[in-house]
Amino acid sequence: MTVVFEKTQGLTDKQFHYCPGCTHGVIHRLVAEVLEELGVIGKTVGVAPVGCSVLAYDYFNCDMHEASHGRAPAVATGIKRVLPEHVVFTYQGDGDLASIGTAEIIHAAHRSEKFTTIFVNNAIYGMTGGQMAPTTLIGQKTTTSQEGRKQELTGMPLRISEMMATIDGAVFVERVSVHDVPHIRKAKKAIKKAFEIQLEGKGFGIVEVLSTCPTNWGITPVDSLKWLEENMIPYYPLGNFRTPEEGK
Amino acid sequence: MAKAKGKVKFNEDRCKGCELCTTVCPVKIVKMDKKRINIKGYHPATVEEMDKCIGCANCATICPDLVIKVEREK
Amino acid sequence: MTRILMKGNEAIGAAAIKAGCRYFFGYPITPQNELPEFMSKEMPKVDGVYVQAESEVAAINMVYGAAGTGARVMTSSSSPGIALKQEGITYIAGAELPCVIVNISRGGPGLGGIQPSQADYFQSTRGGGNGDYRLLVYAPASLQEAVDLVIEAFDAADYYRNPVMVIGDGMIGQMMEPVEFREPATKRELPTKDWATTGTNSSRKPNIINSLALDPEELEKHNIKLDKKYKEMEEKEVRYEMYKMEDAEVVMVAYGTTARIAKNAVDALEKEGIKVGLIRPITLWPFPYKAFKEIPATAKALLSVEMSMGQMIDDVKIANEGRLPVEFYGRAGGMIPTPEAIAAKVKDILGGAK
Repeated sequence: MTVVFEKTQGLTDKQFHYCPGCTHGVIHRLVAEVLEELGVIGKTVGVAPVGCSVLAYDYFNCDMHEASHGRAPAVATGIKRVLPEHVVFTYQGDGDLASIGTAEIIHAAHRSEKFTTIFVNNAIYGMTGGQMAPTTLIGQKTTTSQEGRKQELTGMPLRISEMMATIDGAVFVERVSVHDVPHIRKAKKAIKKAFEIQLEGKGFGIVEVLSTCPTNWGITPVDSLKWLEENMIPYYPLGNFRTPEEGK
Repeated sequence: MAKAKGKVKFNEDRCKGCELCTTVCPVKIVKMDKKRINIKGYHPATVEEMDKCIGCANCATICPDLVIKVEREK
Repeated sequence: MTRILMKGNEAIGAAAIKAGCRYFFGYPITPQNELPEFMSKEMPKVDGVYVQAESEVAAINMVYGAAGTGARVMTSSSSPGIALKQEGITYIAGAELPCVIVNISRGGPGLGGIQPSQADYFQSTRGGGNGDYRLLVYAPASLQEAVDLVIEAFDAADYYRNPVMVIGDGMIGQMMEPVEFREPATKRELPTKDWATTGTNSSRKPNIINSLALDPEELEKHNIKLDKKYKEMEEKEVRYEMYKMEDAEVVMVAYGTTARIAKNAVDALEKEGIKVGLIRPITLWPFPYKAFKEIPATAKALLSVEMSMGQMIDDVKIANEGRLPVEFYGRAGGMIPTPEAIAAKVKDILGGAK
């Protein structure tokens, strides 16, 4: 018997605090596996956000820096500018990145800072108890949109990947999902590509990962995967929005 | 071609009973153990008919909590 | 050593480079613009990095990231910009990272004005950001002192693993004076930065830069640890100058450029036979409370002179411990006190001209 799957060295032994079925755990693992496969754990500095993944610094087995809400890309800029040969990434949720941190993410991309952002979009504020996010879908009930999000009051959900793709400095932009096994494998490929682009010094890369929040969506983990597939993917289409041309 | 033979090991105390693993098993052997409760207070995922396991690692791939280790032989 | 005639903002930048600072994260705001401009020009020459951030908030968070790697790093701004930086400053203090923040302050509140002011005393010494933390705050009165204190600030920041603020009003930033770049006056044994996020190199446990502690017991422990550090700073870092204190009938308290104007008033009054002394705090935090123990028995009153509506006066009252009447003279909004007006206030306190 050979081992075909076991916990990556990119994660510590600490158990995730995430709710049952929350796909943050899957996304953490994918990032950590990529770091291990690229052989860069020892020269990586990760930046944790504020939100559900605030404690990410306890889970990644590399040096970590806990940022304030939304500022992870600025913190990562500071780190990468001092350590240009290191691997630097931010791991941010949709409240963190798509709301309070829009300026920081846009300008990190604008300057084409050579780090990688993992953007976890689950269409809600998880840690604070399920409030509406800029990414909350129309009609989606949250604690601050109790009748469902209404366009006339709160606008349409913000599509970050599409927006990032308009910025020249964002050299790699891809939206992936982790709602089933084939998509999880695709997500890992995109994450790996984004880190490879960083290692090649080509510029800023972001992978938006559609994720679930069973607790605050108020449905089971299994139903959450279906809900993601049926509701999020139609509004947030998967795919690559930008990739550097070969040889460039 | 001989069918791949696999083996899964559950680090039961990490399991939060989310059941995602039970939905992706192609041979449908991953089940929640309704007779037992783990240290976290959940019914943990388990496999009884291990001889049917093909070692595809789907369960481990979707598990958010790193509960599952997978081995395989041809 | 040669002395060079420099503009304040540029001299501060040159001092930082002299102190080994190689990373500067800036954002334009008057009256400190020459400092980021100077850094953008000079940093590449010393293999350093200048980044113009998208905001003051981003700039201080870049400082936070860079400081986490153990690098010597600086940012600068002016009053409303420093207000925006408070978020980052409290995180940096909480995570115990060294950095230097320069405030070339201007009138407020709000957008205020662009002329010199000392209305950021509270902002500098009373937190500004959330939580129990302190900054070491240097307030130079001349460009030579600004240069000396900036160089010193990097060592002090490293020694205490704490942000250090250098606050000068618009005059310090804009005026020109001859300066020389010297070694820091205090020799400190600087600790190694074994906490820095430079990659584990797979040979040590991960380093984590963090200000979060969800467990109240753990957070209280952290608060107590920080407090111990601040107590050490109160013990070792207080700096002040006493000027013509002997037989003084009125003791003025003034810092920064206001102290220089106050000295002119002291000298002018002396010629008229009126004995006035001056306490000039060089560190605003820790405040030189102990200087007030040296006030001669001849003193009848204290006079706090500020370019504000009265902020440092709170510390003067604390230091005074109710012994003497505490008077105030201030100009605000970018208006600068004159020696004559200060002298008139002193005479007023003493009951008219002798």
